[in-house]
Amino acid sequence: MKVFDIAKTLSLEPLSVADSSREVSGVYIGDLLSWVMGRAESGDAWITIMSNINIVAVASLADVACIILAEGVVPDENVCITAQQKGINIYTSDKTAYQLAAALAECLQ
Amino acid sequence: MNRYYYDFHIHSCLSPCADNDMTPNNIAGMAALAGLNIVALTDHNSSRNCPAFFAAAKKNGIIPIAGMELTTAEDIHLVCLFEDINKALAFNDEVDRHRIRIPNRTDIFGDQLLMNENDEVIGEEADLLSNALDLALEDVPPIVEAYDGICYPAHVDREANGILATLGVFPPEPKFSVCELHDMDKAEPLSALHPPMQKMLWVSGSDAHYLWDIRDKEHFFELADEPYSSERVRKELFDTLRGGKR
Repeated sequence: MKVFDIAKTLSLEPLSVADSSREVSGVYIGDLLSWVMGRAESGDAWITIMSNINIVAVASLADVACIILAEGVVPDENVCITAQQKGINIYTSDKTAYQLAAALAECLQ
Repeated sequence: MNRYYYDFHIHSCLSPCADNDMTPNNIAGMAALAGLNIVALTDHNSSRNCPAFFAAAKKNGIIPIAGMELTTAEDIHLVCLFEDINKALAFNDEVDRHRIRIPNRTDIFGDQLLMNENDEVIGEEADLLSNALDLALEDVPPIVEAYDGICYPAHVDREANGILATLGVFPPEPKFSVCELHDMDKAEPLSALHPPMQKMLWVSGSDAHYLWDIRDKEHFFELADEPYSSERVRKELFDTLRGGKR
């Protein structure tokens, strides 16, 4: 399923849409950036509550398909601008990480 | 006693996120222009540009301090400062054994340049420096102290990698005698919310990643310095930091 299909199905609010035609192949959940850096896989939708600028670098390194900020988290200034420059998709949602993951599990079946 | 204006939190071009213009001589020159007297170099998880910075600082009449901004396993940033540069470099060797090795992607994170005292590139750090070590928050102070250093939480007023943003509170252990603020105006309101902060000495740090982030002199310590020597000043400074709020 592509990022834009998932965004529509889960009613995600777009914050930075750089390449929404990317295929989502899995899901990773985590907030410790160093941990995510070594473990998220290319093509994952990454669910996190971290909102600082470093999430953009980590998303680039791990080559995730998109970042989904859970629980209505709003990113810091400049995050969305940098994300667009670096080609990173970011969405936000009021749902919890669990609710998002459960919904994603259905999408990816 | 004299006033010593300070900045204990500056990154050089060795930190991936810092500008490549943050060379040892540019930092020392800019700090001198800003009117600073004591300046620490604190790259992410490395002190390896400190020897070059020491030479540059001496040319500019600045008292240099060897330091490091260490990233704990919890992604919390601690400023580590050492009285003796050789002990800082020995500490650096120990930190190397606790790094989680991820090759640096310069296109994403930036260059990690090692320089000599003439601002010439003498090497590059191949693995990313800014990611977390495998050392937990409480593991760090005893190691730093073993090298006659002091460590304290960096930019407690900031969201990214601040101890309060990460843990929500100052944990009961380890106890810190000092905490750093990026914006000193936030110290009073923050300490009202977090009582342990009231017992700490508040230190300002620019966390400069670009030359223009180095701020004009504002915050200072009154230090006994007679008979004058930079060692004497440094020792007084470390005694002050270890003593916390008086």
